[in-house]
Parts: sequence; structure tokens; C-alpha cells
Amino acid sequence: MNIQTGLYVFLLASFLGFELIRRVPQLLHTPLMSLTNAISGIALVGSILIVGSSQSVTTTVLGTIAIAASSSNVIGGFLLTDRMLRMFRRRR
Amino acid sequence: MRDTIAQYLYIVAGLAFVFAIKWMTAPTTARRGVIAGELGMVIAVVGTFARPEVTQFTWIIVGLAAGAAIGVPLAAFVPMTAMPQRTALSHAFGAMAATLVGIAEYILRQPHLDRFTMVVLGFEVLLGGLTITGSLMAFAKLQELIRGRPVVYRGQNIVNLSILAIALAGIVWLAIDPTATIVFAVVVVAAVAFGVLLIIPIGGADMPTVIALLNSYAGLSAVAMGFALDNKVLEIAGALDGSSGFILAMIMCRAMNRNFRNILFGAFGQVTMTAHDAEVDDRPVRSGTSVDGAAILDGARLVVIIPGYGMAVAQAQHKVRDLSDSLERNGTQVRFAIHPVAGRMPGHMNVLLAEADVPYDHMVELEEANELLSRADVAIVIGANDVTNPAAKNEPGSPVYGMPILDVDRAGSVLVIKRSMAPGFAGIGNELYYLANTTMLFGDAKQVVGSLVSDLGQSG
Repeated sequence: MNIQTGLYVFLLASFLGFELIRRVPQLLHTPLMSLTNAISGIALVGSILIVGSSQSVTTTVLGTIAIAASSSNVIGGFLLTDRMLRMFRRRR
Repeated sequence: MRDTIAQYLYIVAGLAFVFAIKWMTAPTTARRGVIAGELGMVIAVVGTFARPEVTQFTWIIVGLAAGAAIGVPLAAFVPMTAMPQRTALSHAFGAMAATLVGIAEYILRQPHLDRFTMVVLGFEVLLGGLTITGSLMAFAKLQELIRGRPVVYRGQNIVNLSILAIALAGIVWLAIDPTATIVFAVVVVAAVAFGVLLIIPIGGADMPTVIALLNSYAGLSAVAMGFALDNKVLEIAGALDGSSGFILAMIMCRAMNRNFRNILFGAFGQVTMTAHDAEVDDRPVRSGTSVDGAAILDGARLVVIIPGYGMAVAQAQHKVRDLSDSLERNGTQVRFAIHPVAGRMPGHMNVLLAEADVPYDHMVELEEANELLSRADVAIVIGANDVTNPAAKNEPGSPVYGMPILDVDRAGSVLVIKRSMAPGFAGIGNELYYLANTTMLFGDAKQVVGSLVSDLGQSG
């Protein structure tokens, strides 16, 4: 377990996140939230690890529900963000 | 070897997520951001499949199929007016995944759970658990499955903080004795209960802040999962999500002149508690018909439209676009002034107007809007209230005092389209309605705007 590296990654990524997201205009706040939602569907990775290396019925059940929940965010989130962004048009 | 490949793929995925966010900073590159995000996710999942410990695929595929079955309809058919609910629901899903993985990890790693992993798992289920129920409550309020009115009672903060304290004490206990399964269950239950209690005192206009904050919590629970699994891509993606929600919550707070500490402690209900003191105001207002409204609009050079949640409720955004089109045909310049907290989630009004085909370069943010309002001939307020209240600048005693507002009162003439004189979320009267240059057009926003369009057509 590498605590320090983990903290480095977390702090630097948060800092980067702050600096980038500060620059997102209000115009795109809803799509931004939808996109970060899809990205936080990365919990899918953890869920797959649980189910893929399954050792008991309980953890398989928990993990499968977790895969369904997180992948619905991933799939739905990206599709929805794109659907929204397609609506944003400049003056015709 | 396969594990090394997975780790390198995770690095690429993390980089793709950073670019995804970077490209969201401008509408011209935003769609590229979506593609980067999708690529990052595919790479992360492929990397995970490549790992040697992943040997069984049946249930993974079942889960993915179920996720697609839920996710695709939620993306394809949800109307833009329902975006706040949809977002709240997806926060609940994300948090549910984190919580369930946290519980599964806790079970799997017994009895060799080190202290650090235990604490991290504790925070994973705490943040995840409260986000599940908090988001579901927000969803239910927004979808009007339960009453949206804030519920406040004496000692509410003490009850909430006690439950949070129980959860935190549980995590401390587990750090000392990770095998105390009952305590782990108590932490989960306390977290879930805390989520419900946190949202009970929240009313409609506070929803943008709450949704942003829940977004942040969902992200942080993914970070906790990353720490528990020692997985860097989870830490990066979770940190991006967490900081995004945090910043949006801060922007919302500033736009409502709320102290950020209030949010962290969940004391949202404050303004509504003063709401009941609102005096009944029986001063006369000038009310007019759509013909009067059209006469005022006729010949205007610059018209600024201020949409609020009322426009979304009345589904009036397409009619509003028609109005903007007919004004432009008359040679009037039209701009849409959007307050940061208009609607029920950050950026809600922008998406609604974009759906109605309003070009995005016609939507302006607060600062630019106020500059435009000072030289606008007419301002049209559609279903917005508190964000236009001059009391925010003039009356130090007012609950909205100090809140940055759209200076609608500075426009030459003001048209206010509103159902009735009922006060807005803050429960206070709006001085704007009594000004000499204000005309009230009472009625359903969609109908009133519709008649304005036809009356404008006749006069023009």
C-alpha cells in the first residue's frame, strides 16, 4: 500500500481539477456536471475487480449491482453530455 | 506483466480524463472533451480486464448489460427540464457503486485489514452512503414525489451532527478493531440516515448548491475507493469529480451570498425560516395585457430577457425563442441574462435555451448582463424573482441582501411575466414590481409569451 504516492496523485489531480474547472463558463456547467458524473463512473473499475476475482456469492452480488450502477452512469453520462452539447450552437 | 500493462493503461486513462475536463472549458471544444472522456473510460476498463486477478466475466457482462439498459434510456429520453432530477439520480448511482464496493472490500479483506485501508473504506461508505440517500431525496423533491418544501425543526443541526459523529466514531473504532462487523454496519446505517436528514431542510432554490455538493461527495467516495484499492486512475477521476462539484457549490454559494460553512454543515434552511415574516404588500402595481407589452417592445433597440425556473416549469423556452426571433425580425437586439443560480442546477437555464435553439453567444453571464441592462430599452423577466430583487442592494435587513443580482431596474422599461404576486423562494416581496417603469403581465409564462409574439407580429 503506497499511501504517499496516493496522496500526491490525489492532491495534484485535485489542484489540476480546480484550475481547469474554474475556467469552465457558466454556459457549460450542466454538461460539465454530466461529464464529471460519467467520469466518476470510474467506480466501474473497482466493481469489475470485485466481480472478476470473485470469491463469494455475497461479493459477486454486491459487485454486479455496483457494475450496473456505475456503468449506467458511464454509458448514460457520456451519451447525455454529447446530446446536450449538440444543442449548443452559435448564431445561425 | 499483465499487471504492468494495466498500470500503464491507467496512466493514459487518467490523462484522457484531464483532457476531457480541459476541453470542457469552451463550447467549441466541449464535444472533443466527451470523446476524450469516453476513450479514457474504455482504456481504463480494458486495462482492468487485462489484470491477472480478473478471471470471471459472466457477471461482469450481466452488470454491464443492466447498466446499459438503465443508462441509455436515461440519456436519450430525459427532457432538458428534468436534468436536475436526472443528475441527482446519477449521483445516487455513482455513490451506490462506491458504497457497495466498499462493503464488498470490507468483507473480502477480513481478517487482514490494515488500519489505513480500514479508515479509507470507512470514509468510502460514509461519503457514498450519505450521497445515495441525499441524492435520492433531492431526486424525490425535484421530481415532486415528495413535497419540496423545506422541513426545519428545533435542534435539527444537533441531531444531524450527532448522527455524523456516530459514523465518525464508528470509523475510529474500526481503525482500532477492524473485525467489529457490527460497527461497520452502524457506520453504513448512520451514513444513509445522515443523507436523508441533510436534504430534509433543503428547498427548491437551494438545489443547485446541493446537487453540486453531492456531486463532490460522490467524487470523493471514488477517491476513497482509489486509496483502498491503491488504484491511481480512481484517485484522479474521483479528484476531478470532487473538485468540480466543490467549485460549482462554491460558485452557487457566492451567487446566493451564502456562507460556505453553512453548506458544509447543511444549514440551508436559514433563509426560508425568515420567509414567514414577509409582510403583505397592498401597494398597487401596474398590470397590463400582452398588447401593452407588445407596444412597449415595439421599436426597442436592445431587449434583455431574464429567464428563471418559472420558465422551465411553464415549458415556455420554445415560445421565448419565438419571441426573441420576432423581436430580431423587428431589428431589435436580444440577449439572455442568466443568473448563476437560475433554475435548479448549475447552468440549467443555458441548457434549456440551447435546446430551444437560442444561440449560446446570445446568453450572457451576470457581469456582462448588468452592463447590457444599464442600456437596455426593455428587460423581460420570465419566471425569475429573487435574482432581480433590488432589495439585495438597497435593504440591509433583507434576507437576500448582499446577493449579486441582475440590475433589471436599470433598464428603460421592465416587463414582468408572472403567475401572481406570490413571493419567490426567499419569501419576500420584490420592489421591482412597484417601480414606475414596470408593467406586470400576469398569467402562464407560455401563454403570455405566446400572445406577446402574436401581438408583436400584428403591430410590426
